[in-house]
Amino acid sequence: MVQSASSGQSLAVLSALLEARTGQQIASHRSTRVDTVLLPLMRERRIETLDQLVYAVLDGRDPHLAGRVIDALVNGETSFFRDRHVFDNIVEVVTEVERAGRRARIWSAGCSTGQEPLSLAMIFAERQETHGTPMPEIVATDVSEAAIARARSGSYTQFEVQRGLPIRQMVRWFEGRPGNEWVARPELLRHIAFRQMNLTIDPAPGGSFDVVLCRNVMLYFAPEPKKRAFHTIAGAMRPTGLLILGAGETVMGQTDLFQLASAGRGMYQKSDMGDPAPRA
Amino acid sequence: MKTCLVVDDSKVIRKVARHILETLDLQVREAGDGREALEACLEAVPDVILLDWNMPVMSGMDFLRALRDANLPRRPRIVFCTTENGMAHIRAAIDAGADEYIMKPFDRDTLESKLQLVGMI
Ligand SMILES: C[S@@+](CC[C@H](N)C(=O)[O-])C[C@H]1O[C@@H](n2cnc3c(N)ncnc32)[C@H](O)[C@@H]1O
Repeated sequence: MVQSASSGQSLAVLSALLEARTGQQIASHRSTRVDTVLLPLMRERRIETLDQLVYAVLDGRDPHLAGRVIDALVNGETSFFRDRHVFDNIVEVVTEVERAGRRARIWSAGCSTGQEPLSLAMIFAERQETHGTPMPEIVATDVSEAAIARARSGSYTQFEVQRGLPIRQMVRWFEGRPGNEWVARPELLRHIAFRQMNLTIDPAPGGSFDVVLCRNVMLYFAPEPKKRAFHTIAGAMRPTGLLILGAGETVMGQTDLFQLASAGRGMYQKSDMGDPAPRA
Repeated sequence: MKTCLVVDDSKVIRKVARHILETLDLQVREAGDGREALEACLEAVPDVILLDWNMPVMSGMDFLRALRDANLPRRPRIVFCTTENGMAHIRAAIDAGADEYIMKPFDRDTLESKLQLVGMI
C-alpha cells in the first residue's frame, strides 16, 4: 500500500527536481496533490512510498523515471477554445499581418496536450475555406514529453473532446475510433509543428512570431525562471507582436520587457525595454 | 434566470443533471419522455432542452419533429444528451436541429461547457 504521509525531505527533492526541470515550484498547499498525481506511476513501477520513489529517481538506474515524475507533477489542464474571446483577438492580429502582405506566425508555448494549437488550426483552416486567406504557421511547444506526444497524436478522450469544442467542429475535424477515442484529422494536425521545449532553458523556436500564447504556464514559476521565460519569449516576437497570458496572469511586477497592449485584458506587447530601439 | 427542461427516462440521470444545472443557476423542470416534454413546452417554453435520444412513448427525435410542428412562440436551444455516440447519430441530430450534443456519460465540466456554447451561462 502507498503511504499517504510523505516525508518533507522527499517533497523537497521532488520540488527541487521540478524546479530544475521546469522552473515551477510546488506550492506547499499542493503537497497533498503530489501524492495523488504520482500514485499511478508508483503503482506501475511497484514503488510503495514517496521516499522509495525519490531514491529510485536519485539512483538514476531508470533514466526515464525523472521525466515521468515531471510529466505527472506538471498541471496540464486545458481545453479547446479556452477563453473564447482570446481567439477573436488573434484573428484580428492575423488579419492585420495579412494586410501587410505576410503570412502570420503563431507560437503556442506550453500547449499541453494540444487543444490550444488545434483550436487555432480549426479557426484558420475554416477561414481559409471561406475567405481564401493563407494558413498561419503554428508552432506548439511544451516541456512535457508525454504532453507533446499526445498532442502530436491528436487523440482525445470523450471527456476532453466535449470541453469547449462545438459539436459541428468536432464532426468536421475529428474521427471517432473504437473505445470512445476521438482523433483530429491529419489535414488539421499537419498545420501544427509540435516540439518539446523548456521555456526557462531552451532557445525559442526559430524566426519571429506575431502572436505568442503562453497561457496558464508560468503561474507557478519561480521569479528567476519566469524572468528567463519572458526574455526568451520577447526575443522570439516581432516588435508589433502580441503576447497572450492566461486570464488570471499579468506581467505587472514580473518583467519590464512587456506592457499592457491596447487589444485588452491579458494581452501584452513589447515595451521599449523588450524591444530596444537600435542605437545610432 | 434561464430555464432548462431535462428530458430523460432515467430518474437518476435527471436527478444528477438537475443538481449540476441548479448549481449553474438554471431553473430546472423534468420530463420522462418526449410526450411529457412536449406538454411541458406547450405550458412554458424553456430556454434550453437537455434531450435524451432513446425513451419510451416518444423518442428525442420524434419529440424534435413534434416540437417543430407545434409552432412555439420561440425556439428553445436543443442539447442532445445520449449514449448514442457514433458520428451517424450526431450528424442526424444536427440535421434535425440540435444545437449541441453531449455523449454520455457526462460530468459537470461537460455540461457546463456545452451550456456555455449554446449561450445559457
Ligand atoms: C495548465 S497547462 C496550460 C495549457 C494551455 N496553454 C492552456 O492554457 O490551456 C500548462 C502547461 O505548461 C507546461 N509547462 C510547465 N512548465 C513549462 C516550462 N518550463 N516550459 C514549457 N512548458 C511548461 C506544462 O507541461 C503544461 O502542459
